[in-house]
Amino acid sequence: MSRSRSEPTSEGEGTLRPDDYAGTPGGESDAVQPALGVTGWLRWGWRQLTSMRTALVLLLLLAIAAVPGSLVPQRSADPNGVTQYYADNPDLAPILDDLSMFDVYTSPWFSAIYILLFVSLIGCVIPRTKHHAKALRAQPPRTPARLARLDDHRSAQLQVAADADPAAAAEEAVSLAGEQLRRAGYRVARYDARGRLSVSAERGYARETGNLVFHGALVGVLIAVGVGGGFTYTGQSVIVEGDTFVNTMLDYASFNPGRFVDTDELTPYALTLDEFEVTYEPAGSNAAGQAGDFSANLTIRNGDEVTEESVRVNHPVDIDGDRVYLMGNGYAPTITVRDADGDVVFSESVPFLPQDTNMTSLGVIKVPDGLPDQLGMTAFFYPTQFELASGAFTSAYPALVNPVVTINVYAGDLGIDDGTPRSVYTLDPTDMTQLAGRGVDEPALELAPGDTAELPDGLGTVTFENETPAGVDGYEQSVKRFVSLSIHRDVGAPWVLAFAVLATLGLLAGLFVPRRRMWVTATARDGAVELEYAGLARGEDPTLTAAVDKLARTHEAALRPRLSARGSSSTPSPSDTPKVD
Amino acid sequence: MSDTALTLDDVSVLLVWTAIAVYALAFIAYAIDLASRSALAVEAKDARARERELVAAGGESLADVRAREERAGAEIGMAPGKRPRLVWARIGTSLTVLAFLFHLGATVLRGIAAERVPWSNMYEFAMTGLLLVVAVYLAALVKYDLRFLGTFITGLAVVLLGGATLSFYVEVVPLMDPLKSVWLVIHVFVASLATALFALAFGLSIVQLLQARRERKVAEAQEGQLVKTGPGFLRTLPSAEALESLAYRFAIIGFIFWTFTLIAGAIWANDAWGRYWGFDTKEVWTFVIWVLYAGYIHARATRGWRGTRSAWLSIIGFVAVLFNFTIVNMFFQGLHAYSGLS
Ligand code: HEM
Repeated sequence: MSRSRSEPTSEGEGTLRPDDYAGTPGGESDAVQPALGVTGWLRWGWRQLTSMRTALVLLLLLAIAAVPGSLVPQRSADPNGVTQYYADNPDLAPILDDLSMFDVYTSPWFSAIYILLFVSLIGCVIPRTKHHAKALRAQPPRTPARLARLDDHRSAQLQVAADADPAAAAEEAVSLAGEQLRRAGYRVARYDARGRLSVSAERGYARETGNLVFHGALVGVLIAVGVGGGFTYTGQSVIVEGDTFVNTMLDYASFNPGRFVDTDELTPYALTLDEFEVTYEPAGSNAAGQAGDFSANLTIRNGDEVTEESVRVNHPVDIDGDRVYLMGNGYAPTITVRDADGDVVFSESVPFLPQDTNMTSLGVIKVPDGLPDQLGMTAFFYPTQFELASGAFTSAYPALVNPVVTINVYAGDLGIDDGTPRSVYTLDPTDMTQLAGRGVDEPALELAPGDTAELPDGLGTVTFENETPAGVDGYEQSVKRFVSLSIHRDVGAPWVLAFAVLATLGLLAGLFVPRRRMWVTATARDGAVELEYAGLARGEDPTLTAAVDKLARTHEAALRPRLSARGSSSTPSPSDTPKVD
Repeated sequence: MSDTALTLDDVSVLLVWTAIAVYALAFIAYAIDLASRSALAVEAKDARARERELVAAGGESLADVRAREERAGAEIGMAPGKRPRLVWARIGTSLTVLAFLFHLGATVLRGIAAERVPWSNMYEFAMTGLLLVVAVYLAALVKYDLRFLGTFITGLAVVLLGGATLSFYVEVVPLMDPLKSVWLVIHVFVASLATALFALAFGLSIVQLLQARRERKVAEAQEGQLVKTGPGFLRTLPSAEALESLAYRFAIIGFIFWTFTLIAGAIWANDAWGRYWGFDTKEVWTFVIWVLYAGYIHARATRGWRGTRSAWLSIIGFVAVLFNFTIVNMFFQGLHAYSGLS
């Protein structure tokens, strides 16, 4: 059915492949002993590195090496997961860490594999490219002496009229075949010898071109990723409704610049979060509470230009090449703390981190100054408070139906004075005394919007501010929301895409363009022309048999009238019909 | 959610179960076909009395093997009308077409009920993915007589579609925000298409391995000696080499689609998550599968790796595809949390 094996004739011309390419004739390459001496060994080593087998083994190793990164959390993608993993597996985690298991894709062993693979690839592709450049300009090879030995071979005999010259007819046959092949996209050369005229044709150079383009484009992808990464930055920021973020280092919560990024040269645009919109599936529906249609409506000031845009999931906003993404959202209850005299010592909208799909949220409030002791509070926010059978609270719906904050209060040392960086989302109560909440006599403070509660020990008061604009009823707008935005600049990405598309195009050509040789010979003999047709696949070519059949058919169909038009009528003999071997 | 939408989904589920039942019948018919093929091979040999006994005993000579493979090799590419009349295989194919129509109806209804493409959670991925597996198989039948894969395809459909409906079924819910993208339509569909092609390549590679084992046994045996060569239906199938090149053809088309899936996924990730590549678990597995099939293609071009060894890579590749779809979706943490299961 198919001709998948490569030809028995000389390989070599046309494509250059590693020694152990399946189509290359000859012994096992690894049986070849290296010549003595350093250069001999080096050459031998290089040959091994650029062999098909090495490429294959490295590809399989790459596949295997990539797997652990999906089993163990990775620092780059999921730093919290790594912290959690350490907490859950205190004995195993350090060992895995020593093996770079939390940074698989930048680990020495993973890097070694792909660097070797790409060295092998370059070492393989460069000589092939040179060779192919030459082959593109070369003539198709000589016609083999015995075409009948090829698998795809047809022969036919056409009678020539008695008064006609068989030699001229043979000439006519071969030049017609050459013409037909050329029109079919073949490169054609004539090789005539002792009464046997022949045309040799080759097509499908695009197969090798495509293969080389594909492998070259992979190098392009790697370089674009590597170099592009140096000019890329990513930063995260949290903005509460009404607040403004300015694109400078000061306003970022975290920032990861590539090696060549100048952090003083960021475009200083400003983003104000006017409103965050979200819809929740109504209670009682299949997906009650499912959130959707998130939209962060921003006012963007860039120089003198002021625009309003909304950032949505799948729809980042582009500002001067920076892309702004909506990564998360939540509630930011406004909390005011007053001292015993009623003076405000703290008043802020504090972003609370959502803990579940119904937006039960956890926040930390730190009051470092203004009170006798530093004050720390861990607070839960329930947009729709609901009491479980156990007496614990949870949120039953993510929208603001029955919003409540519960607050545990600690006094003492927040541990922030010595300059140790502390997350604003966690409280370390080791040097503090709990004043209220679970575990002590004083219950947690429980506040609805607008409520104020006394702090224990007469320290002062805490107010959960109601942000509802004047004239609006209900709780719907009583608590502000925040969004977390991620800002990216990646100059490499378009290049990566371009090379990836190029690779795909190369792949299409490299896999699907049939590369083959065709020969047609004509020999004048005893008042007849003997015709032979043969084809040879170079690489996978499932359609070769059909192509040879078609060539034989169309050639004879075109040739027959020409020969008979030359005057004499040649009665078609039974042997005129092509005989399929 | 209106009442009519719910009803549509109910009808869809009913159609799914009908399809599963009919696939099961098709599976039985195809299995009978495979069983009766060995008998067929025996009949064809009756004229040659000398070897009757050997064949009856389940053995055959090398020359027989070659001759029959040649015939099978020619038959596999025959136009549907000219193929050998295998009654049970015909019944199997007719039932498969019938089941496919029910399956198609179920999938389309689910899409109408949900008012979006029916491939946005595990249940729907399974439904659409298997629909494409069967569609690609039926389309391939037009060109190649692959009915010997019928048991595999219908078996896969019964097990996976049944399993998905039992354990992955979720009611129609609105799409999560990250899925509201044209890339859902393109990326997931093309991935399913690639999977379907890989499935056919996988089936062919398995048969190739069986056939290669049988050829080896026959070649090792002395002429005229009695050899036991495994399942009898293998004797009616093309040579391992022919099966291999067919498997390769499906695999490379699948590979192109998979490459496209990878690129489309990266473009989507760049819009949704702000980076085109982040080694998220699902990205890792898509990459691993891509590299495995690149390895398979390479192996086919590497001396000493053609044949049995490369077939194993095709098999491992498809196992990774199934693993990616089931285990990774259900148990691995990552950003691709769209199974719809909790
Ligand atoms: C990043 C690593 C590599 C990947 C992903 C890769 C992938 C591929 C793919 C998909 C093909 C089939 C497409 C086509 O023929 O155009 C292919 C073919 C080929 N590759 Fe690679 N390759 C890699 C490295 C290498 C290396 C290092 C070598 C040299 C030792 C090599 C030599 C070849 C050759 C000779 C073919 C043609 C095979 C044939 O004739 O069918 N490749 N490669």
